[in-house]
Amino acid sequence: MEHYHMNLTLKVWRQKNNKAKGSFETYNVKDISSEMSFLEMFDVLNEQLIHDGKLPIAFDHDCREGICGMCSMHINGEAHGPWKQNTTCQLHMRAFKDGDTIVVEPWRSKAFPVVKDLMVDRSAFDRIIEAGGYISVNTGNAVDANAIPIDKKNADDAFMAAACIGCGACVATCVNSSAMLFVGAKISQLALLPQGGPERESRALNMVTQMDKEGFGNCTNTYACEAQCPKGISVANIARMNKEYIGASFATEEI
Amino acid sequence: MNSKIPQGEMDKKWVDYKGHVQLVNPANKRKLEVIVIGTGLAGASAAASLGELGYKVKAFCFQDSPRRAHSIAAQGGINAAKNYQNDGDSVFRLFYDTVKGGDYRAREANVHRLAEVSTSIIDQCVAQGVPFAREYGGLLSNRSFGGTQVQRTFYAAGQTGQQLLLGAYSALERQVALGNVTMYRRHEMQDVVLIDGVAKGIIARNLVTGELERHGGHAVLLCTGGYGNVFYLSTNAMGSNVTAAWRAHKQGAYFANPCFTQIHPTCIPVSGDHQSKLTLMSESLRNDGRIWVPKKQGDNRKGHEIPEEERDYYLERRYPAFGNLVPRDVASRAAKERCDAGYGVGTTKMAVFLDFADAIKRYGKIEVGKKALTNVPEAEIIAIGKTVVAEKYGNLFDMYAKITGEDPYSMPMRIYPAVHYTMGGLWVDYELQTSIKGLYALGEANFSDHGANRLGASALMQGLADGYFVIPYTLGNYLAGEIRNPAIDTNQQAFTDTENAVAERINTLMNIKGTKSVESFHKRLGLIMWDKCGMARSEAGLKEAIAEIQALKKEFWTDVRVPGDIKEMNPELDKAGRVADFIELGELMCLDALTRNESCGGHFREESQTEDGEAKRDDVNFAFVSAWENKGNAGWELHKEELSFEIVKPTQRSYK
Repeated sequence: MEHYHMNLTLKVWRQKNNKAKGSFETYNVKDISSEMSFLEMFDVLNEQLIHDGKLPIAFDHDCREGICGMCSMHINGEAHGPWKQNTTCQLHMRAFKDGDTIVVEPWRSKAFPVVKDLMVDRSAFDRIIEAGGYISVNTGNAVDANAIPIDKKNADDAFMAAACIGCGACVATCVNSSAMLFVGAKISQLALLPQGGPERESRALNMVTQMDKEGFGNCTNTYACEAQCPKGISVANIARMNKEYIGASFATEEI
Repeated sequence: MNSKIPQGEMDKKWVDYKGHVQLVNPANKRKLEVIVIGTGLAGASAAASLGELGYKVKAFCFQDSPRRAHSIAAQGGINAAKNYQNDGDSVFRLFYDTVKGGDYRAREANVHRLAEVSTSIIDQCVAQGVPFAREYGGLLSNRSFGGTQVQRTFYAAGQTGQQLLLGAYSALERQVALGNVTMYRRHEMQDVVLIDGVAKGIIARNLVTGELERHGGHAVLLCTGGYGNVFYLSTNAMGSNVTAAWRAHKQGAYFANPCFTQIHPTCIPVSGDHQSKLTLMSESLRNDGRIWVPKKQGDNRKGHEIPEEERDYYLERRYPAFGNLVPRDVASRAAKERCDAGYGVGTTKMAVFLDFADAIKRYGKIEVGKKALTNVPEAEIIAIGKTVVAEKYGNLFDMYAKITGEDPYSMPMRIYPAVHYTMGGLWVDYELQTSIKGLYALGEANFSDHGANRLGASALMQGLADGYFVIPYTLGNYLAGEIRNPAIDTNQQAFTDTENAVAERINTLMNIKGTKSVESFHKRLGLIMWDKCGMARSEAGLKEAIAEIQALKKEFWTDVRVPGDIKEMNPELDKAGRVADFIELGELMCLDALTRNESCGGHFREESQTEDGEAKRDDVNFAFVSAWENKGNAGWELHKEELSFEIVKPTQRSYK
């Protein structure tokens, strides 16, 4: 792979806090290596801003290996940028060329208010999990791990759903700010496993109720969430969620 | 030093302890508050389990959600002595392997307990819905890790840490929903509050508003992970830090074996000065990948262009019994040895190859065999083999491709050792209590179970063992004595004094208004540590490092520039406090490495090696845990916890 260097123009959303009005600021960065990650390019910019006596740009990031789900930049109109099945931290600068202008914004959703600059508050996701994204088993109650064999396909599908990193790209990319891919993935994971059986109905009802309460929108089947999901979580999980929800709604109707 | 190891036979200690430990009745539990710092495997599992028991728990994390803690990035797996493979595993063997793997610098009783509870961890996680890998019969699958000859590692592709953490996180969120745990996101502990020498609370900073907060608790649990970021470049997350442990240390908690750091052999090499972190390629890859360098020095050909007879599979050559699966310390040093001798590969020549070509062919042939196909062309066998390898390690291969721009399915990966884990940490007794009463340390934040070298897939095991199955018992033994103490009044003088000290430190940092960024100091510290307290250490180098770090500290406190304000979200200020603590820790690590004039596990003193370059332990003079007490400006005082080995008698560790 040939390496190269580039000069770039960045238009970055700056917002002091959740009450302030935000706006785009333009910055130039020089001599960026194609081997850098996108966030390392931001590190260079921030060092430059600090050196010049200006305020660095606040952005969320932690593991920088694509698994913690904390990084969350909307880059040139795409959640996590141009590469498919990728997080912002794993986007590398060879995706860009000399002279490019790059526009960087925070996730845009009513349910994810901006904290500062490119940081948003995703605690709504935690509250949805609190509503039922678990199996009620206290420590010490478990039977032997091999006591209940699980069909390999179901186990694999549960794993694929459980691979969600909770970054919120699905919400950020959806025209309706729907969180159904996130919620569907968790409901699916637990519905596919025998251990999730006892709470299946209440889980689907409570998690969907909380999702609505947080102000996330509905699904209109554009599949943008799946296309933009860094872990490639399938929209089949949304279908399964709807099935679980409808089934649970009928089951709990009083006759 | 009283490590409070129970009397009796090794395999009865934990059972006896649990049988006689003091209990707290449910009505009293409701009145007792427990503070948990950090929500990784240790913190989330502890907070959830203590919440289930009925204690009032407050949990803190600096990230935007407890699910982000860096346990999430653990890849390969979790060990447990289930013996599902019928390959001769047992609690004793896991115990034995761990003590030996730790190069006889771990406490036997703690390790035995760890091996005992390992099996319950897997049961608990499966019950929570953790989707471990399974065989077609529906039962759990296992693989092998370094330093063992059995298959006892449970895994979920290359994302085992993620799945285990999400399991613990869901248990934690359930307790939040039930009102037993209060969660404080984007909060960082700044100091621990002591009243009459006993931990009674913390000062935390709300990172969004910048406000300082007082929180009282009948006990404080530090589950804050390791300190690998002292090296700047490591596989840790950007936010991983030592601050909570270091603040506790400055208040009197002993810091044990700080120089025991694990350099992981298989990481993606540094590509340039811009590098902000290093990425691990899971040890599980050594199940199937073969490590080699060219036989010729300075060979500039691409890996796949070098013919078989011109390759040196140096681990298989030097260690035929364990081959590519030698423990991490051994594999890392062997890679450094080859690169230093001029056999390294890639543009920087600081890398070796990790090659899957053989594994791809082998798996391809197995699949072809299963389907009873004949006359299958080689290219097709390779294509089939690639799909099998993708199923096992796909996410790791993808990550490698994204970072390097190279396809690891068609050419060997380039790898090099990187800082990964810290075996040292706060000194704790058998009950996980630090030398400060009421203050506990769990998971990577403590020192107890891995000696001088941790075996692969044992960090997840220890984090969850401490949180799910140890602290719920041992904490009760302490809290039983707290039932007469009402809720902690945070208006007490000790809280005011500690909060004032924290505020003053923050003010000082903000008002230096120097010329150099926090990041630049961190990078310089990292270079000193890597060069002089990294994979090889010498008396002369360590003495230089100590002088350099002391000078760096002075420069930091006179010339650092922290932009922004205190009462707002200010990531630079957060980082400044962490780097200030790393600088002090760096000095102690070098002092510890200098004092320990032997080689053991990850600690390699150039003065102490065998004729063929293996680490040479000195059990006569160094069979102890170094527990350092902070003496403020006077430096540190060394306390020694002598280690006695009743069961696993120390021998020169050999994997040949």
